[in-house]
Amino acid sequence: MILGIDTSLGTTVAVVESDGVVRSQLESADPRGHAEVIGSLISRALAEASITPDAITHVAAGMGPGPFTGLRVGIAAARAFALGRGIPVIPVVSHDAVALERMLHDALTGGFDDAADGPLAVVTDARRREFAYTVYQGIDDDGLPVRVAEPALSLRDDLDALLAARGIERVDAERIPAAMLALAAARALAAGREIATEEALYLRSPDVTLSSGPKRVTQ
Amino acid sequence: MNRTEPLVLGIETSCDETGIGIVRGRTLLSNTIASSMDEHARYGGVVPEVAARAHLEALEPTIRAALAEASVTLADIDAVAVTSGPGLAGALMVGVGAAKALAVSLGRPLYAVNHLVGHIAADILDADAPALEYPTVALLVSGGHTSLLLVRDLTTDVEMLGETMDDAAGEAFDKVARLLGLPYPGGPQIDRVAASGDPNAIPFPRGLSRASDMATHRYDFSFSGLKTAVARWVEQRAAAGEPVPVADVAASFREAVVDVLVTKALAACRDHDVPRLLLGGGVIANRRLREVALERAEAAGVTVRIPPLSLCTDNGAMIAALAAELIMSGRPPSTLAFGADSTLPVTEIQVAEDAEAVA
Ligand SMILES: [Zn+2]
Repeated sequence: MILGIDTSLGTTVAVVESDGVVRSQLESADPRGHAEVIGSLISRALAEASITPDAITHVAAGMGPGPFTGLRVGIAAARAFALGRGIPVIPVVSHDAVALERMLHDALTGGFDDAADGPLAVVTDARRREFAYTVYQGIDDDGLPVRVAEPALSLRDDLDALLAARGIERVDAERIPAAMLALAAARALAAGREIATEEALYLRSPDVTLSSGPKRVTQ
Repeated sequence: MNRTEPLVLGIETSCDETGIGIVRGRTLLSNTIASSMDEHARYGGVVPEVAARAHLEALEPTIRAALAEASVTLADIDAVAVTSGPGLAGALMVGVGAAKALAVSLGRPLYAVNHLVGHIAADILDADAPALEYPTVALLVSGGHTSLLLVRDLTTDVEMLGETMDDAAGEAFDKVARLLGLPYPGGPQIDRVAASGDPNAIPFPRGLSRASDMATHRYDFSFSGLKTAVARWVEQRAAAGEPVPVADVAASFREAVVDVLVTKALAACRDHDVPRLLLGGGVIANRRLREVALERAEAAGVTVRIPPLSLCTDNGAMIAALAAELIMSGRPPSTLAFGADSTLPVTEIQVAEDAEAVA
């Protein structure tokens, strides 16, 4: 049983069986307040799945991209939960969950048109007049979305032109489905693959400028 | 839950130290700290985002190291404790997120507590000291805070008498060190060069100490005016083409800080008829501050308590110690519904206490 946790946009938590059956999925859309809700959401997700913490075998952690402050809450929680149970953390690129959801949806609903096979970009708000986006094309034999370009930032005004030039469909995500995050982790696990590193995908350096020296106080 | 000698793991991430402490009742088992201080050195002060990133990476290895040192496993832990505030919001959130998930995964109660009150609780872990007597005045001085508290009871009654209106004392040390061309952190550097200086060479101002200030800010502090005065003095010297007597400047600056801290702390003792003063916070490592406090307190008939310096700087053991006191006094745990509160008032010793829970 896999616990999925993501705080790269709002806060989403899910419990998914290793074969993909979703036992519970909860979310708080508040783009802030991750630290407030994370404990209750994990607790309720376990309760709604009718399991105790010891039934969890792996924790899937959404590694972003996402605004720093919130993103870290989920990663910290995922690592701490896993530490408490002595189980592994499986890092997952948060956008993978959106891509997987979209591709599963297309598979179920036909997806006959050519567009469904073309590249798509999962796009999320990165604040400061930028979007974070990741480009995918199709699903591989392990059932995982194929990332053809790693997460990156683009100025909001530039993104449409950038995607259009390469014939990439834009998929805006308002939420990261934690069940899909856990499913991606389950599939990676089944295939014996690592699909993300343990690094949080901040995509930006901390905002610090090296001062050139003390400011003068006398004119 | 074991309420007689609870085994508590405390998580502290309010500033630049990732502190994990483990206590059994009032016995310290581990005080493990990972500091990101070196990463801040080139910026001359704590950079909140750098600190928060460092917490995320340091938490797990620091918890493991603390468990190993205490020779306990997470399954043994009776309760998890965490700092809810005050402190840097983004940094606090890392600890809060981790503590909640750890408590849920272990199925153990969680105690969310106040960082400043934690500094007072550090004193309890000093096995060699006699029991803490109430009431006591507490002076907490660090790079993040400068507070004067009246503690009537550690778990139920702590009053804020005064605090800094601008920079924390530790920040003032860092800033003055920088303008004297000394590296970060400034406290030990100022101390080092001040050793050969004359503390009375330059009469730097004592913030909020005039009669008119004392009416409204009797126990409050202000260090930004002092910092500016030092900068102006140094610039005028340099402009006149004269060498800057760094040792005298450092010693005189330090004396101004120490003087105002000790004067106000002892005034609080006198006004409240409390012959006890507890010192805490990282700046207590400053030798001159301890010297002056001990000397002038003795003359005033005030007993000074100073926890071991390893427990004065920010740490998780003090957070665990405070939670252990709450548990031993029968208090229910916190609910999971709290966040990081960067301005948490000191009167909120425990956050989100669960009124429904049966103690
Ligand atoms: Zn502190």
